[in-house]
Amino acid sequence: MKILVAVKRVPDPETVVKIAPDGVGITTDNVKWVINPFDEIAIEEGLRLKEKVSGTEVVLVSIGQKTAQEQLRTGLAMGADRAILVLSDQALEPLAVARVLQKLVEQEKPELVLLGKQAIDDDSNCAGQMLAELLGWPQATFASKVEVGGDQRSAKVTREVDGGLETLNIPLPGIVTADLRLNEPRYASLPGIMKARKKEMKEIPVADLGVDVAPKARIVKLETPPKRTGGRKVGSVEELVKVLHNEAKVI
Amino acid sequence: MGNVLVVAEHLHGKFPKTTLVGVEAGKQMAGHAGGKCLGAVLGQGIGALASELADYGVDVIAVDGAPFAHYLADAYTAAIAELAKQKDVEVVIAAATAVGKDLLPRVAARLGAGMASEVTAIVDKATFKRPMYAGNAIATVALAGSPRVVSVRTTAFDAAKKGGAKGSVTQLTVSPDPASTKMQFVEFAETKSDRPVLTEARIVCSGGRGLKNGENFTIYLEPLCEALGAAMGASRAAVDAGFVPNDLQVGQTGKVVAPELYIAVGISGAIQHLAGMKDSKVIVAINKDEEAPIFQISDYGLVADLFKAVPELTEEVKKLKA
Ligand SMILES: Cc1cc2nc3c(=O)[nH]c(=O)nc-3n(C[C@H](O)[C@H](O)[C@H](O)COP(=O)(O)OP(=O)(O)OC[C@H]3O[C@@H](n4cnc5c(N)ncnc54)[C@H](O)[C@@H]3O)c2cc1C
Ligand SMILES: Nc1ncnc2c1ncn2[C@@H]1O[C@H](COP(=O)(O)O)[C@@H](O)[C@H]1O
Repeated sequence: MKILVAVKRVPDPETVVKIAPDGVGITTDNVKWVINPFDEIAIEEGLRLKEKVSGTEVVLVSIGQKTAQEQLRTGLAMGADRAILVLSDQALEPLAVARVLQKLVEQEKPELVLLGKQAIDDDSNCAGQMLAELLGWPQATFASKVEVGGDQRSAKVTREVDGGLETLNIPLPGIVTADLRLNEPRYASLPGIMKARKKEMKEIPVADLGVDVAPKARIVKLETPPKRTGGRKVGSVEELVKVLHNEAKVI
Repeated sequence: MGNVLVVAEHLHGKFPKTTLVGVEAGKQMAGHAGGKCLGAVLGQGIGALASELADYGVDVIAVDGAPFAHYLADAYTAAIAELAKQKDVEVVIAAATAVGKDLLPRVAARLGAGMASEVTAIVDKATFKRPMYAGNAIATVALAGSPRVVSVRTTAFDAAKKGGAKGSVTQLTVSPDPASTKMQFVEFAETKSDRPVLTEARIVCSGGRGLKNGENFTIYLEPLCEALGAAMGASRAAVDAGFVPNDLQVGQTGKVVAPELYIAVGISGAIQHLAGMKDSKVIVAINKDEEAPIFQISDYGLVADLFKAVPELTEEVKKLKA
């Protein structure tokens, strides 16, 4: 089985991002960059399937600047087999990402594509669903459990939805997007890091793929949200109930 | 002058509040776009729902049939895209619920449309505000071309109200291509609860890692929710540890809530948690660590051991209500 995993380089979730002077981007100095947390979970799921189904190859794909090599290298150190970096100086919106991934899927012909449910920078939660439609494939988003059938021709996926858990059956090839509770990603081991240095990382300029990546969405302004200021401390439960009743009038 | 199409999600024969939020946003959008606000109801045996939706003053298109008995992204996409083409739709819109988030990007890809998700404000018919970076930044986004696809944050708009001229109801038959509708519904394990729905409640009490285990949610937090008539929420840490079901998670990657009163119990106040509750009207935090970041955004903070404070609070609330 071949599994493609989409990996985005994003600011560490602990970073407090600052708006850049241009007013449409963020300042990138002092930002620590990591694999999008959901994509790390997607990689882990790929690796677990590889451990279960012999002969499985896990291929990582990232679209971005050369610096995304770092995140791909980390994924290879976790245990993925090889990586593809599609070079684009311009940050691509989810539809463009999906079109690039579609092209790579046509070339690589994987049975399963794993993505994160959401990139924690743009918070779009779109690319996986869009890719599924472009390919005409089934999708199982927000996955908390993935069981691939013995013949690797279908997957049973439990999804985190409003009000509970939904289970879907999808024939493969298909798209799965990872939610937080799908697994707990492993750390790269030292031997893993050594091995990763020798693994293949192919770079393709986005223009070579011949897909339409022209933006449909343009950020015209980026602002800091109005700050909510803290109120005050209360001395006791009695006082709390009193202020909620008399002052805030919410109980 | 194009129309606006609202996808009206339903559950157990009812429209949840989130759907009405989508309808309200759709009507606002139609005001900007200058077209009509249409509502799409998909399912099996949905005549009554279609008629009810028309009471909100939107023209309803009902797609009734076996392929739509359960929500499935592939079949629903085929139907919504078909509607969008037939009805001269300029904007497809829905609430950013689990279904909305699953469906709309797929619709956008089918239509080759620009998309904005979790929109919190409509500036004009093609310009929207939406949070990014866990709510650390608010982007104003302009979408080029038509159609466009927009999911709206469920706390950012009021729920539509019935009234005005009743809309029309028309039936449309759509037969999705079996070759590209291969998803199969297996089951829905619904979290049963007598408490209000998290995204609809006037009061939400959320628990965090500070509660230490699931049993303590039952012993300490449930009685407080009961006394206040509140919905229960949780931090990711509490959900990850298995204290409570996943659908209680509030935050950047969970549910977004904005009740009149939000009480955070044993929650530190990580940015990802705040992203899901900081628009609440009144925020109360109970935490034993006076340095906990949650206090920086709380209207009222109580530095206390929750195992002592919460039972006291429950008693005080009961007294007040008696
Ligand atoms: C990609 C990503 C997405 C995320 N999405 C979300 C999300 O959607 N929602 C979310 O909540 N988090 C999310 N997180 C996690 C977030 O960063 C925090 O780790 C999490 O919110 C912490 O939960 P907590 O406050 O319950 O736990 P902690 O940070 O461990 O805080 C526990 C608090 O309880 C207090 N406490 C302990 N004992 C007592 C006591 N006896 N009495 C009173 N107080 C006590 C402590 O002082 C402490 O402040 C996400 C993280 C990442 C990386
Ligand atoms: N530039 C990118 N490179 C690789 N994968 C991406 C990229 N952007 C998005 N993705 C994938 O798509 C998922 C959803 O992203 P988004 O729709 O932007 O929230 C992410 O978790 C990644 O798996």
